[in-house]
Amino acid sequence: METRVIGKSVPRKEGREKVTGRARYVDDLSFPGMLHGVTVRSPAARGRIRAVHFEGDIPWHEFTVVTAKDIPGKNCIALLIEDQPCLAAEFVSHPEEAVVLLAHHDKYLLEEARRSVRIEIEPLPGLFSIEDSLAQKEIIWGQDNIFKSFYVEKGDVDSAWARAEFVVEGTYETGAQEQLYIEPQGMIAQVNGAEGVTVWGSLQCPHYVHKALMILFGLPRERIRVVQAETGGGFGGKEEYPSMIAAHAALLARKSGRPVKIIYDRAEDMVATTKRHPSRTRHVTAVSRDGKLLAMDIDFTVDGGAYETLSPVVLSRGTIHAAGPYACANVRIRSRAVATNAPPHGAFRGFGAPQSVFALERHLDRVAEAVGIAPEELRRRNFIREGQTLAVGQVVKEKVDMNALLGRAFELSGYHAKRKQFAAENSDARGAIKKGIGFASFLHGAGFTGSGEEYLASEVAMEAMADGSVHILAGSTEMGQGTNTIFAQIAAEALRLDCEQIRIVQPDTAHVPNSGPTVASRTAMIVGKLVETAATKLLKTLRDSGFLREGYSAEDFSRACGEYITAHRELKSFVKYEHPRDLHWDDQKYSGDAYGAYAWAVYVAEVSVDMRTAEVRVNDFVAVQEVGRVINPVLAAGQIEGGVAQGIGFALYENVVWQEGRMVNAQMTNYVMPTSVDLPAIRVCFEEIPYGRGPAGAKGIGELPLDGTAPAIANAIAHATGVDVRAIPVTAETLLEMLEAVHA
Amino acid sequence: MRAYLPAYEMETPQDLAAALERLAAESGVWKPFAGGTDLMVLLEAGKLPHKKFLNIWNLEELRGIEVRTEHVTLGALTTYAEVQRNETLAREFPLLCRAAAATGSVATQNRGTLGGNIANASPAADSPPVLVVYDAEIEIVSAGGARWVHYASFHTEYKKMNLHAGELIRRIRLTRKHAGWKQYFRKVGTRRAQAISKICFAAAARMEAGRIADVRIAVGSVAPIVLHAVRVEESLRGQRPGDAVLQAAQDALSAEITPVDDMRSTARYRRQVARNLLGEFLEVLAG
Repeated sequence: METRVIGKSVPRKEGREKVTGRARYVDDLSFPGMLHGVTVRSPAARGRIRAVHFEGDIPWHEFTVVTAKDIPGKNCIALLIEDQPCLAAEFVSHPEEAVVLLAHHDKYLLEEARRSVRIEIEPLPGLFSIEDSLAQKEIIWGQDNIFKSFYVEKGDVDSAWARAEFVVEGTYETGAQEQLYIEPQGMIAQVNGAEGVTVWGSLQCPHYVHKALMILFGLPRERIRVVQAETGGGFGGKEEYPSMIAAHAALLARKSGRPVKIIYDRAEDMVATTKRHPSRTRHVTAVSRDGKLLAMDIDFTVDGGAYETLSPVVLSRGTIHAAGPYACANVRIRSRAVATNAPPHGAFRGFGAPQSVFALERHLDRVAEAVGIAPEELRRRNFIREGQTLAVGQVVKEKVDMNALLGRAFELSGYHAKRKQFAAENSDARGAIKKGIGFASFLHGAGFTGSGEEYLASEVAMEAMADGSVHILAGSTEMGQGTNTIFAQIAAEALRLDCEQIRIVQPDTAHVPNSGPTVASRTAMIVGKLVETAATKLLKTLRDSGFLREGYSAEDFSRACGEYITAHRELKSFVKYEHPRDLHWDDQKYSGDAYGAYAWAVYVAEVSVDMRTAEVRVNDFVAVQEVGRVINPVLAAGQIEGGVAQGIGFALYENVVWQEGRMVNAQMTNYVMPTSVDLPAIRVCFEEIPYGRGPAGAKGIGELPLDGTAPAIANAIAHATGVDVRAIPVTAETLLEMLEAVHA
Repeated sequence: MRAYLPAYEMETPQDLAAALERLAAESGVWKPFAGGTDLMVLLEAGKLPHKKFLNIWNLEELRGIEVRTEHVTLGALTTYAEVQRNETLAREFPLLCRAAAATGSVATQNRGTLGGNIANASPAADSPPVLVVYDAEIEIVSAGGARWVHYASFHTEYKKMNLHAGELIRRIRLTRKHAGWKQYFRKVGTRRAQAISKICFAAAARMEAGRIADVRIAVGSVAPIVLHAVRVEESLRGQRPGDAVLQAAQDALSAEITPVDDMRSTARYRRQVARNLLGEFLEVLAG
C-alpha cells in the first residue's frame, strides 16, 4: 500500500525542543511564591507510629507541616482499590512510607529539617519474602496476604501425567528492577478556592492522578486539573506513583496557600518508588516421546509489596503470558500476588510478562534437554498456529508463523553454525572464555487485558483550525517513546497532509478527553486507531460540507477548514472506543480473547563467559518480531533496542539489594545498569503483517522486548557453561557459585 | 542536593605556603579539597560531615609530571586524564595508565587526582594497587618541612594513614626500574565502565631465565587497605611459573586477604577471583 508518512522515519515532533534544551520539564517550571516540599518517611518496615518529634535547631514555625490529619477527603491513593494511605496515620507497612510532609522556600534548609524529624515507631515483625508471605508468618494484608489470585484451566492437566514420556519440573525466579527513567519523579501543585487543585508533573497517566486527587480532596471532577509536563521517561514507573507525589504536593499547597514543588532526587526515587515485581514460577510439564507438550502446570507468584496498587493487573498479564506461544491441550495456571513489607512494586514495561516468560523459556530449554532434542526443535513441534487455542482459550485468528520468525532469527544470528562452533571450542577444559548462544520465542498482547479496553472506553478528539492545522486532543502522553510523532503520522496519513500540519495538544485533564493510560502497549494500536478514525470523520465532515474536493492539496485543505469554520464556527470530531463484537472475555473463568492482537517474536543472544571472573558479556543480539505495520521505523527500532538494553540489565546487572524491605543500594554506582560499553550490537528486524484493527495496520510494540531478552541470555549462558540458570539477575557472584557446583 | 549548603565553607589559598600555613594555624579544622570527585558525592547525599574545606585545586606546586633520569615525579593533583596522556608513563608504567583509564567516568578522570585518591584511602580505589607494585614513594609536606614515605606502608588500617593534621601529599615518585618487567593489571568492576572495583589486581615481575627474579603484587577490595601481597611475592621469588608454584601462591594469597560481603560483591567471589587472577598473572609470566 502506498503511504505518505506511515512507514517513514519522520523526525520526532518534540525532538528539536529536547536536544536544544528548550523542552520544559517539571523542575524547569517555577511559580511566584513557590515553596519546595519534601517527604519524611518511615524508618521501619512495619510498626505502629508512636510519635513524631520535630527536633534540632530548625525554625519550625516557618515550615508548612502536613500529616494525615490535614487530608480533606479520604486518606488514600485511589487506584484499583483504596488500601494505600497517602500518609501513614497509625501504622506503617513498608520502609520509606510517607508520614510527614514539609514545605519551605529554602530547599537546603528543608533538607536539614527533614533530617530533624524523628518518627518514633513501635516495630512489628515484617514479611520480606514470597515464602514467608505465603506461609502467613504474619498477616499483613487482608485475611491471607493475597492481593489477587487467578486460576486458568484448559483441558485436563491431571489426565496427562500418566501418558507422558517425560515430566520436567523446575522453579524459576526473577528479581526486582528499577525503571531508571532519566528524569526522576516530580510534581508542582497549586490549590485555591476558585479553581480547586491543579498539578503539573512528570507522568504517564493524567487521569489516574485526576481520580486519586478527587478522592483525596473530596472534590468534583471539574475542580481537579492535571497537566503533563515534558516527561523524561516512564517505563511504567510513572503510571501509578505520580498520584502519590501529586497528592503530597497538593496537600502542602493547600495548607500553605502557595504553589509547592516536590522533586525526588535519584536516591529517593530509587528507595521509595515502585519497581518490577519479584517473582517465583514453578513449572511441571508433561511431554510425549516425540516432544509434544501434553500438559503444562504452572504456578506463578509475584511479590506485590505492602499495598495492592496495580499488582492484580500485573499478575493478570503475567498469568496470561505464562504459557507462551505454544499449542498445548492441557494447561493449568495458578497465580497469586502476595503482600510483603517492601514499598509496593508496580508497573514496569512488560508488566508481569517478563517474569513468567523468563520462567517458561528457560524451562523449555530444560524440557528439550530432557527429551533429547534441540531446543528449537521442541519449540517447532509446539508453536501455535492460526486457528489453534492459547492457554486462556483464545483462538488465534491472526496470521502467525513462529517458524518463519525463528528461521529468520537463526539466519541473522548464524545460530546453527555458532551452536556447533561454540560447543567444539568450549570442550577445551582450560579455555578461559566459554561462548554460548541461546534464544527465546514469545508473544506479547497489546492493549488492556480482556474487557479492559471496553471498560476504559477511551476517547480522542480532533479539531481543525482556520489555518488548516489539525490538533489532536488525547490524554495519551509522550515520555520519550514517540506518541506525539506516531499520532501525527497517523492523522497526517488519514488526512493526506504532512506531519508538520498536525499539532498534539499538551495532555491536560481540563482540555483533553480521557484516552486511557499510556501503558500496556496500547497507545499506537488502540488510541492510534481512535486518532485515525477521528481524522477520517473530520475529513468526511469537510467533504460532505462541499468545501473540499477529491485530490486536494494542503492549501486546499487549509482553505476548506477556514471556510468551514467561518460557516460553522468550529470543525471538530470526537471518537470513542468501540469494542469489537467478536472479542469475548469471561472475567469469572478468566478465559476468552485476552488481547485484540499479539506481537510475536524470537530473540537470539550470544554471550561469552569469562571463567576466571564469571563475568558475562552479551556479544551479539538479534531481535526478530512481527508487530503489524511499523509506523516509524527509527522510533520502532529504538523501542526494541532500548527494551533489549533494559532486558540485558534485568538478566545480568540490575540487582536490588534488600535489607528488611529497604533497597540498600539506591545509588547508580551500586545499582548497576549496563552502559553502552556493556551492550552488544542489537540487530532489530521487523516482519510486518498489517493488523486489520490497528491504525494503518499497526500493533503494540512497547513492552515486547522486555519479555524475551532475559531468557535468551540465560539460555545462552547455560549453553556456554552447562550451568542450569534458574534465577536472574545472573550476577558474576551467583554464576561463580554455580560454576563451582558444576565443576565440583 | 541534600546537604545544607550554608553550613559549608571553602577557602582558596594563593599558594602552597599559604595552604600549609592555614593548615598549621588551625589544626584539624580544614580539610583539603582537590578534584572533589569523592567529596561531591557525599555532599550531594548530605553525608559530608566535615564542613570546612581548603580548595587546593589551583596550587601549581602540586601539579605537573616531571621526568628525570632516575624518577618520574607526579604532582599530587595529577589527574587520571593527565596520567593517560603521558608518554613516559605509557611506556614504563603502563599499569598506572590502565588504572587511570579504568577509573570512573571521563568527567571523573578530568577532575579526579592521584593525591586525592590516596588520601581518600578507599580500599576499592583503582590506582593504589599499581602504586604499591611500582613501589611509589610519596612526599608529604607541612609548614614544618617535608618527608618521603614508601606508599606501600602509607595506609595502616581502614581509612587510616600516615598523614597528620597539617600535612598535604605533595608528589608521588616512581623509580624508573620497571622497563622489561612483565606487567599485569585487571580490574573486575560491577560493569565495564563507570564502575567501582569488586577486585583490582596489579602485579609486575622481572624474569630471569624463566624464573621470577623479582615480583610485586597488590590487590584492591580484598582487605581494609590495598593489600601488598608480600607472602605471595615470597612464595614466587626464584620460582618458575607452573601449577605447583601457582597452588602455593594461591594458598598464600588466600591466607593474606580478608575480603568481606558488601552490596557490590561477596567475600567468596573476591576470594576465588583473586586466586584466578593470580593464575592469569602467572600465565602472563610463563607466556
